[in-house]
Amino acid sequence: MTFLEYAPAPESTSILDLKSEYGLFINGEFVPGNGESFTTISPATEQKITTISCASEADVDTAVAAARRAYEKTWSKLSGTDRGKYLFRIARLVQERSRELAVAETLDNGKPIKESRDVDVPLVAAWFFYYAGWADKLDHAGLGPNPRSLGVAAQVIPWNFPLLMLAWKIAPALAAGNTVVLKPAETTSLTAMLFAEILQQADLPAGVVNIVTGAGATGSALVNHPDVNKVAFTGSTAVGRSIARSTAGTGKKLTLELGGKGANIVFDDAPIDQAIEGIVNGIFFNQGQVCCAGSRLLVQESVHDEVVERLKERLSTLRVGDPLDKNTDIGAINSASQLGRMRELSDIGEQEGATRWSPASNLPQQGFWFPPTIFTNVSTSHRIARDEIFGPVLSVLTFRTPTEAIAKANNTPYGLSAGIWSDKGSRVLAVADKLRAGVVWANTFNKFDPASPFGGYKESGYGREGGRHGLGAYLAPAAGPKSSVVSAIMNKTPLGGSK
Amino acid sequence: METTATGSTAIAPASRALEVIGGDLTEKSLRRYLEGIAGVDAVGLEARAAALGTRSIKTTSKAWALDKIISLIDLTTLEGSDTPGKVRSLVAKALVPDAGDLSTPRVAAVCVYGDMVPYAVEALGRAHDADAPGRINVAAVATAFPSGRASRSVKLSDTADAVAAGADEIDMVIDRGAFLSGRYGLVFDEIVAVKEACRRPDGSYAHLKVILETGELNTYDNIRRASWLSILAGGDFIKTSTGKVAPAATLPVTLSMLEVVRDWHRLTGEKIGVKPAGGIRTSKDAIKYLVTVAETVGEEWLEPDLFRFGASSLLNDLLLQRQKLTSGSYSGPAYVTID
Amino acid sequence: MSTARLGVPKTYKLYIGGKFVRSESGRVYEVATRKGGPMLNTVNAAKGSRKDARDAVTAARAAVSGWAGTSGYNRGQVLYRIAEVLDGRRAQFAEEIAASEGVSDTAAAAQVDEAIDLWVWYAGWADKYVQVAGNANPVSGPYFNLSTPEPTGVVAVIAPQGVGSLLGFVRAVAPVLVSGNTVVVLGNERAPLAALSLGEVLATSDVPAGVVNILSGSPAEIAPWLASHADVNALDLLGAENLDWVDLQIDAAETLKRVLPPETGPDAGAPSIDRITFFTETKTVWHTKGLL
Repeated sequence: MTFLEYAPAPESTSILDLKSEYGLFINGEFVPGNGESFTTISPATEQKITTISCASEADVDTAVAAARRAYEKTWSKLSGTDRGKYLFRIARLVQERSRELAVAETLDNGKPIKESRDVDVPLVAAWFFYYAGWADKLDHAGLGPNPRSLGVAAQVIPWNFPLLMLAWKIAPALAAGNTVVLKPAETTSLTAMLFAEILQQADLPAGVVNIVTGAGATGSALVNHPDVNKVAFTGSTAVGRSIARSTAGTGKKLTLELGGKGANIVFDDAPIDQAIEGIVNGIFFNQGQVCCAGSRLLVQESVHDEVVERLKERLSTLRVGDPLDKNTDIGAINSASQLGRMRELSDIGEQEGATRWSPASNLPQQGFWFPPTIFTNVSTSHRIARDEIFGPVLSVLTFRTPTEAIAKANNTPYGLSAGIWSDKGSRVLAVADKLRAGVVWANTFNKFDPASPFGGYKESGYGREGGRHGLGAYLAPAAGPKSSVVSAIMNKTPLGGSK
Repeated sequence: METTATGSTAIAPASRALEVIGGDLTEKSLRRYLEGIAGVDAVGLEARAAALGTRSIKTTSKAWALDKIISLIDLTTLEGSDTPGKVRSLVAKALVPDAGDLSTPRVAAVCVYGDMVPYAVEALGRAHDADAPGRINVAAVATAFPSGRASRSVKLSDTADAVAAGADEIDMVIDRGAFLSGRYGLVFDEIVAVKEACRRPDGSYAHLKVILETGELNTYDNIRRASWLSILAGGDFIKTSTGKVAPAATLPVTLSMLEVVRDWHRLTGEKIGVKPAGGIRTSKDAIKYLVTVAETVGEEWLEPDLFRFGASSLLNDLLLQRQKLTSGSYSGPAYVTID
Repeated sequence: MSTARLGVPKTYKLYIGGKFVRSESGRVYEVATRKGGPMLNTVNAAKGSRKDARDAVTAARAAVSGWAGTSGYNRGQVLYRIAEVLDGRRAQFAEEIAASEGVSDTAAAAQVDEAIDLWVWYAGWADKYVQVAGNANPVSGPYFNLSTPEPTGVVAVIAPQGVGSLLGFVRAVAPVLVSGNTVVVLGNERAPLAALSLGEVLATSDVPAGVVNILSGSPAEIAPWLASHADVNALDLLGAENLDWVDLQIDAAETLKRVLPPETGPDAGAPSIDRITFFTETKTVWHTKGLL
């Protein structure tokens, strides 16, 4: 045996007490859905975990009605202080049940337990803590005094950070005084169901949060429901675009958190060992299934060979395998269809002439797996340099000057994230200024915090989640007269009164 | 020799530095080389170290790790109150760490002050013979340890005395004052001179461990530069600390030194040893270092000629953990010896 | 017999890339003015085309980096300069407003005054809105973390189409410029004169060429080309209530433009920092903070 193989250290699943079937969570109760139930599987083993209900259009209607009732009768009448107290309760319960939530998330999503344990679940609790405190301080949210809540929020979240995305959506919505109907992703509903149990435990008033499970049709019924006032979506740019279309003219306030093709820029004076770690974290965190992943590595030509060599060496120490093993660095891909897309785009990368490399690894036979992969000799015109692969696939490009780095980084319809690695503060700040991306990480990558706004430029979506800005997505300024003397005249007089 | 204003003073023609820096070795060329080394981002370094510290080492891996750590220990006593008796007691513990379990491996070396070397050598007896199975080395701290504040001649005779008394390894301290004021040539020359003082009459050398005293160098950039400097000047090992200054060894500091060693190996093919010393008291902590070594420079570094723990109380915690693994029950301090 | 001087009427042209140009289509359309004034009773205004809109977007895009790259202090001074120059030409604008809108001279003059004051108000925001809309974020970790709003880029604006052709125009355009965006604006179709003349004010107020591009003509004809233009970042439908604006919003969704819906009533486009920040993107920058 070699020490580096490390004996298996699996996290026990005995902490889970799962039901054989989960209903929809509507008006504080679990109720069976009228759609066709489906199974949720562990992507690491393809074994069934449990059965999930599917919400039909009528179920969505019931859920929205419950949210509307709760908004009008309960939640909008509650003081900010009391709304905050509910959120604090939820935060505490998440902390208490954190191990259980982490195990469930890893089982259902395929991500390494060390990530669900050390990143996802702690951030979930932090998100509720952060926004709990805002609930009675909305006058300071930046919308002027007495901002108004919007009403019923329809929220559709992705499968890559199931519980964390739920927290990003629900915490600010409730703090601002809205009620919620949330739809988790089809392949990752499990932790949302455990979260519903937490809401029951917290004694949250019925209907304030409703969770409807199902696939795209359920989500579509939800965002297009005439009685929702707010739509928040995180997912692909294609779906985001169709939501922007279907909500046009409805007056629904819309925030979209969409795809990305983040550039991670490494200058020749970078702190090299940390840059290597940052590159690895940027693209292999959560198997690269991250909208803000640093999937395009832009390396200054003078250090390209060294960076690639070190990167390959580092990749060889990554452990791919059982997500429940505490030493696993790279877990399973969430679904067969995602895996298919990674394979397809990687094959295209090879066909287009890029050089593909992966460390030797023994991928399990069962389940969905993709090895960490690096493409070198990539040009800006290659599809692997333009399309979001949403997997552990890094495209390496080069640049010669800071100006060229900025131009290449911005040469994409996306604009979510970017990274800069350099020891020169002045250059870091200047480059950060010029990058068209909503989040710029300098000498770090993939850091998240409830106090820090997150969201995209361009086709990566609009609106911000996190921080004070995140509240703005769920509030409107108080109504009030603003008009001037002249505008009163303007309003009364028809154009061209005399000819 | 003091540096001149231009910094063009020649420095000792150490073979490694000649090969890597090339040309006429001067204070200036050394400085330029050291200043060209990539910087360290403290936050990223510490995050990486913390991540390595979360590896979960269980069952067979843990058993292997505990024995491995014992075999990598420089069992140390460095007190003003040290006596021949204390040293003999230390040696006894080094030879038989756990009298209740003779399968327990021996430590790599005992580490003492220079004047205690004869007693250590004597107490080790046959176990100090060149070809002895489970041989234990004698390491001596030298060069006016721990402060290093003495004249060059005192430092050199301190070293030569210890080597003459039978020390296999010399743990020298660098001149931190000179380093922090930018007199890299002075620090370099001194290491070269001490290395020469490690030379035995038969032409062989005592192994030279260069203590950076990282707690005084303060920044990771300094630690990285001092590591390069020590290797260029001929050090066989780079060692974090004397144990007399806080903070002593930390995981990020050790990681950053391991990265230098890895880069040196990449550059020259030569393997340099690393010794974290001071502050590592628990098996749990020591295992984190093992993981860090294995994942940074590779498992082949987990041998006494390439990695050491400078420690004293660590050994007993390892023994307690070892007893737990063998018996299945938790042990207690009364079941290990205090020396 | 009167020896009144024969006037020299103005040719009302488009304002694109800092130049006063005729529509590439060669078209003009008639704008009615009141009888008895110094202006011709029927004035021709250039009738912009989709190609004019395209050229305007090109000019606006080229101007983004320069305008967005100036300091807020500097942009504020340029916007204030607009007010200064406009103030010197109050009579002309009042006449054009009265002539084309059919409002009283008093109302027209009041409108000009309010438009001037609005430039002053927005000018003052240029070096402040970042402080109000930005944030230092207290993240839990050793990181410097700052969120700042930045201009979104090129904004297409449909100016209000009712009475208030100058004030409505300024209400729509001024806030978009504050942060450093550039603008392609479709003016008031039936009363375009004041907006077209405002181009002359902009051209002499240190506003760089291409920062504001003004098209007269039919919004119904041109707006869809702007809404679907991939190089436009945002769309202000402020004056689009009588257009098929839902379709425009749907077109805009193709490239996920930021879209402000139409507004009606006296508060339409009322002065607000929200009109500034809507056309900005919040960028959050993280940087490690390490002592060692």
